[in-house]
Amino acid sequence: MARTPGQADRPTPEEAPAGGFGAHGPGSPDGENAPDGGRGRDWEGVRLHVVSGKGGTGKTTLAAALAIALAAEGGRTLLIEVEGRQGIAEMFGIAALPYQERKIAAVTPAQLGLPGKGSGEIFGLAIDTELALLEYLDMFYKLGRAGKALQKVGFVDFATTIAPGVRDVLLTGKACEAARRKGPDGRRAYDAIVMDAPPTGRITRFLNVNSEVAGLARIGPIHGQAQAVMRVLRSPETAVHLVTLLEEMPVQETVDGVADLQEAQLPVGGVLVNMVRPPVLDAAAVAAVDGDHREEVARALGEAGLGGRSRAAATVRAAVEPLLDPLLEQAREHAERVELEREQRSALQHLRLPTYELPLLGEGVDLGGLYRLAGELKRQGAA
Amino acid sequence: MTALLAIDALIDNPKTRIVVCCGAGGVGKTTTAAAIGLRAAERGRKVVVLTIDPARRLAQSMGLSELDNTPRPVKGTAGAGELHAMMLDMKRTFDEVVLAHAEPERAKAILENPFYQSLSAGFAGTQEYMAMEKLGQLRAADAWDLIVVDTPPSRSALDFLDAPNRLGSFLDGKVIRLLTAPAKVGGRSAMKFLNVGMGLLTGTLGKIFGAQLLTDVQTFVGAMDSMFGGFRERADRTYQLLKAPGTAFLVVAAPERDALREAAYFVDRLAADEMPLAGLVLNRVHGTDAPQLTAERALAAAEALEENGSPNSSPVAEALAAGLLRLHAERMQIMDRERRTRDRFVSVYPDVPIVEVGALPGDVHDLDGLRAIGDRLGGAD
Repeated sequence: MARTPGQADRPTPEEAPAGGFGAHGPGSPDGENAPDGGRGRDWEGVRLHVVSGKGGTGKTTLAAALAIALAAEGGRTLLIEVEGRQGIAEMFGIAALPYQERKIAAVTPAQLGLPGKGSGEIFGLAIDTELALLEYLDMFYKLGRAGKALQKVGFVDFATTIAPGVRDVLLTGKACEAARRKGPDGRRAYDAIVMDAPPTGRITRFLNVNSEVAGLARIGPIHGQAQAVMRVLRSPETAVHLVTLLEEMPVQETVDGVADLQEAQLPVGGVLVNMVRPPVLDAAAVAAVDGDHREEVARALGEAGLGGRSRAAATVRAAVEPLLDPLLEQAREHAERVELEREQRSALQHLRLPTYELPLLGEGVDLGGLYRLAGELKRQGAA
Repeated sequence: MTALLAIDALIDNPKTRIVVCCGAGGVGKTTTAAAIGLRAAERGRKVVVLTIDPARRLAQSMGLSELDNTPRPVKGTAGAGELHAMMLDMKRTFDEVVLAHAEPERAKAILENPFYQSLSAGFAGTQEYMAMEKLGQLRAADAWDLIVVDTPPSRSALDFLDAPNRLGSFLDGKVIRLLTAPAKVGGRSAMKFLNVGMGLLTGTLGKIFGAQLLTDVQTFVGAMDSMFGGFRERADRTYQLLKAPGTAFLVVAAPERDALREAAYFVDRLAADEMPLAGLVLNRVHGTDAPQLTAERALAAAEALEENGSPNSSPVAEALAAGLLRLHAERMQIMDRERRTRDRFVSVYPDVPIVEVGALPGDVHDLDGLRAIGDRLGGAD
């Protein structure tokens, strides 16, 4: 992982020609992969990866997989969650995270099925808004005992309630701070920060802290903080990735989300298409089975052993016949889904963003699945 | 053994006046609410569906093209009942509350206050609170005999039950009181007890937010003073309404680990608050008409075809047959996984009735689609 970011060599979404990342368009994820399984990274220079997506699309999973992928070549990444759900702990099978950065996993290229040596580290942080606000206040005003008293009268609740933007500034501010933090040796504390951010519907508001806060706090440290955060968020060091499924509603939200982000001048990253299932049969194939080939298909099914041990044509046929219509019906449903997915893929293609496709993992995502997805992201150039 | 959740019995019962659909985002909650509303209407009831932020196409399928915060009749329903539907506009609902409870001049001052504008559009619980406010209004209007509510896609399962209280307690919370009229909470002794100097409080707030915001808040609170008690009271009343007989909660989920974990959370929370849970709607459940063919056999047969071919069929037919078999194996594996996920839930919550709704290949775009879901909810295949 590069220690010094090569800034500004990443084209903005508007400038990027279709496939301009030497990447695949949606639908051909494997298109240009190098034979060794890796290829150029699409997000060279990005330090802060913000991952959003509609609920139920696997945003937390892919944020975790991305954090692993970004650490694969010996780097150090920080995975941040902001919604108090302890999704990271759940994902990595560890105890609930405190409001403190701690190492949650390690990764080697071999674990992701990649060549090379080295070992990367993944740190996790669950941000607690209340503690973040008190910590922040303490930084500017030595509160001491007064901090506790403020807590007692519900001040923190009050503060974050009258100005929701304040909470967002604290959350994004923490991520930006970690992204820029340097150790005593002058090196970056982390090579990359991955933030498991609020869902697509709220992401622009969440990140656009400046305008959120501007109306409320026109001066003062919060205002200054908001502006500093905004500078990082709008810089080429940040990319906002959106997770979607190949279904109508998530894709629509992704399209809307991209437009919102662009309008707010926030740097749109890539589209992560999750839970992709390979097409087995298309509508034409189903029509063929249904029509001219029905007899032949029935025969093939019988010869494949579905008739059991019997060789008698009538017995085999009797076993196969009741299967034929149900199997065809399932194939029809499948073909319908394939067609819908094709439409959704094409809608995503119009966004002209780097797109990555992640397979549906049959058994749900366990730790092994997480590393598999990380390897997939790495191979497709997302990390 | 888990009982079947009888949706038809629930919506046919004239004593059922409110059905609340809750659950995590992305499990088809809004679609379920709309389908239940349509089914109830077509079974003779006078129904209004209150949706929060529905997908555009779904809204169109019910003829809701505008977000105007008023129930509109849905055309094209069959049977003797009626279906109305509305989309919540939280800011407008808040404005209406203000207009209804303050004299015109005072209302104007509130509506124009920058702090109010930020609160009504952005407060984390406003949407939840306004959904409950609207529910209270619809119930009070008594123009419908069944109200189906689709709850906001809450970040955390708790938000929706907590929000009314949170906004209520915020608006007459200690800090606001201290800021606006310290004398009311006991003056100096209270301050002493809390160990906070008034100066520190306002000073700190002022430094963080700027003095202008504080002035806005103080003006706002001053103008709202007469309504404060009202807010609390209304929030409490809505909360009681939810607990009352005649209300039924449906937890909506999909047979996936995360969705059912959220569902479990809801079930626990509803029980803790003594809210009447009717049962669990499990959406997008897969089935098959060829259960006799196991995944293993289907896969083995597909592999046999792909490797050895079959003596009497063409390669095209072999490929097609293998495809059918692979799809079936996939289907059986999905079903198996879903069953295990569901069984885990059932073993923890054996008393929660469940209805399973078969997966549709595509999205719902019209009343026919909603009707098909309704049939599945009612127990038909």
